[in-house]
This record gives sequence, C-alpha cells and structure tokens, in this order.
Amino acid sequence: MLPLSSSVEFTLGAELAIALALGVGFGFCLERAGFGSARKLTAVFYLYDMAVVKVMFTAIVTTMVGLFALSAIGVLDLGELYLEPTNLAAQGLGGLVFGAGFIIGGYCPGTAIAAMATGRKDGMAFALGMLAGVYAYAEFTPGIDAWIKAGAQGEMTLPSVTGLSMGWFALAFIAFLLFAGWGMKQLEGRFEHLRPDVSSR
Amino acid sequence: MTQSLTGGTLHPDRDVVVRAAPKPYWNPYLIGALLGLVLLATYVVTGRGLGATAGFAAVTSWIAGLLSPEHVLANPVHAKYWNDGTPLASWTLFLLIGAFVGALLSGFLGHRLQFAVERGPQVTDGQRLALAFIGGFVAAYGAKIAKGCTSGQALTGGSMLNVGSLVFMVAVFAAAYGLAYGLRKEWL
Repeated sequence: MLPLSSSVEFTLGAELAIALALGVGFGFCLERAGFGSARKLTAVFYLYDMAVVKVMFTAIVTTMVGLFALSAIGVLDLGELYLEPTNLAAQGLGGLVFGAGFIIGGYCPGTAIAAMATGRKDGMAFALGMLAGVYAYAEFTPGIDAWIKAGAQGEMTLPSVTGLSMGWFALAFIAFLLFAGWGMKQLEGRFEHLRPDVSSR
Repeated sequence: MTQSLTGGTLHPDRDVVVRAAPKPYWNPYLIGALLGLVLLATYVVTGRGLGATAGFAAVTSWIAGLLSPEHVLANPVHAKYWNDGTPLASWTLFLLIGAFVGALLSGFLGHRLQFAVERGPQVTDGQRLALAFIGGFVAAYGAKIAKGCTSGQALTGGSMLNVGSLVFMVAVFAAAYGLAYGLRKEWL
C-alpha cells in the first residue's frame, strides 16, 4: 500500500537521497519550462505568454488524476498523505503578500533556485531576500505563527466539503484546462505586442 | 544569434559555432505533465508533496545557530527548523540542492547558462537587483504567513484540492495582476 513512507521506515540518508533525486527532476522541469527566467515568469501578468498558468495547471491536473487513479484501484491511501490545514485568513493574506513579492522580485522560492543555477544574478538577489525575510519573520514577528495556529480550520478539501468524489473534480479540472487553453491562446495573440524583443534580453 | 568564425552563411554541421543559441523551452503542457509526475512520485514515495520555503528556513535556523544556539532554542520559529542541532539535514533543503543541480543540467543541455540580470530595458541592473531582493523578502513573508509557496501550497495542496491552497493560489494571482500595471517598467 502506498505511500511508501507509511510502510517503510527510511533512514535519514535514504530520505535525503530521495529528496535530492526528486529535486533534480523538479529543477529540471522548472528550467525546461523557462522558469529560471524572471521575464518569462512575469510575462503571465502581462498576458503575452501564459506558460506559468499552463505548466502549473497541467501539473496540478496530472497529479490529481494520478492520485485519484491510484486510490481508485486501491494501491494508494489518500488519507495517509499530509495535508496542510486550512486557514482561510492566513492563506488569503499570505497569498496576497506572496503575490506582491512574486511580481516585485520576479521569482518564487523554487524558481529562484533554477534562476541561480543558470547564472541569473537577480535570482541570487531574490534568494538572499528570501533568507532575510525568513530571518526577519522569526526574529520580529514570531507571534504570527501562534495566530495562524489559533485560526486553523483543520483539513478541508473540495471533496470533503462538497461530498463529491475527487474524480468529478479531476474531470472538471480537465475540462476547464481545455477551455482555458483555448482562452489563453486568444489572450497571447491579443497581447503579443507586449512581448519584449529577444535581443534586449 | 549564432555566428560562424568565417562569416557568411552558417552551416551548423560544418562551421564552428562561437556560441550556441539557446534552445527553445519545451512545450508548457508537456513540462506541466512531467512536473505533475515528479509531484505524484513525491507523494507516492514520501506521503507529502514538494516545498521550497522550509529549505530557506533551515538555512536561516542554521545561521542563527552559528550566532547563538541558545537564541535558536528560545525562538519558536527558529527552533522549528533546528532539527536537534542539524538544521541542514533538512528534506526540503536537499530537495532545493537537487533542484539546483537539475536546473543546471537542463540549462547546460539547452545552452541557457549565462551570467545575467533579467530586467526590462527601462530599469538599471542595480535597480533590478534591489527589487529582486525586496521581492524575495516580501515573498518570504507571504510564504511564512500562508505556510507555503507556489510549490508547497499551489502545486502540492492544489492537486489534493485543499481549499486553503486554492484560496492561496487565487490570492497570489490577484495581488500580482493588481500590481502588474504599476510595475510594468521593471518588466516590459
């Protein structure tokens, strides 16, 4: 029965080796998608290149379908998977702040690593800013953690809230992705004039 | 652009290419599916998804520990990542080290390794680096408040249809689209 972690006790060395291997796949995908480039990432906010949404959405749908299929045939126990407890206020507010940081800085934490690996100095600056931010959070506002904990609403997923199976949502997400794929193509055509000259990169 | 040493028409398989042109990125839907499989594998093997911010927190806890281990233990946020004195033996930090290697490999194969500052033509390198640092600082705060970032909340939680993660994702895009016009000089 999967996940493996529920039946196998990994040694620390094995765990870190697994992290390293999965990380290679993760970073390879991010760079291959163009996400080591701040201008490619922020292009999504100017609508001439929607790759960020395409990649993210396809990844989410792929994983969702995989998780659903594995649990439907009885090899994966979804209940064993870790789920971050929902806290709508913290996740909404955190998301707004994070989104601001994303467009000001041009990266998010994972993509900054991909940017650094390919020589982007602004990716390095973003990562240093992250370290400073995480440090400042711990030093100056550790109380926020208690506020988040106090407001936690427990595990809340769309299937658990609505009573509908994950399979229906997976189907709906696939349908939405097909529709959105068409819509994004229209958008990209309309805002193509904003695309910077390749030579100015 | 590629140039031949001799000038004139370039014959890729005959002339010496001074600097190979970057190869195009892969199709976003294909890469999305591959990324989804990496995330699925992470879930299936470890029982939890991807993350990135905790790796940064491990490093800051380690730095704080170099200055004063007592201070780390007295601070609840640092202490969470202290890992009994071995903060660097962090799962997420090793994931990030792997990601660095994977991105380096992909960039090398795609001829995309280049020391550069990414910015629009209307800002200077210095301004862009300052904004990148500020953006990183702000994003770190957001990720700490939301307990996750694009990897840990949006991708990982989103694929499990976690309500809070979906709210996070909508908020991220709302804020970024809201600020896009004001920041257009940095990017366009």
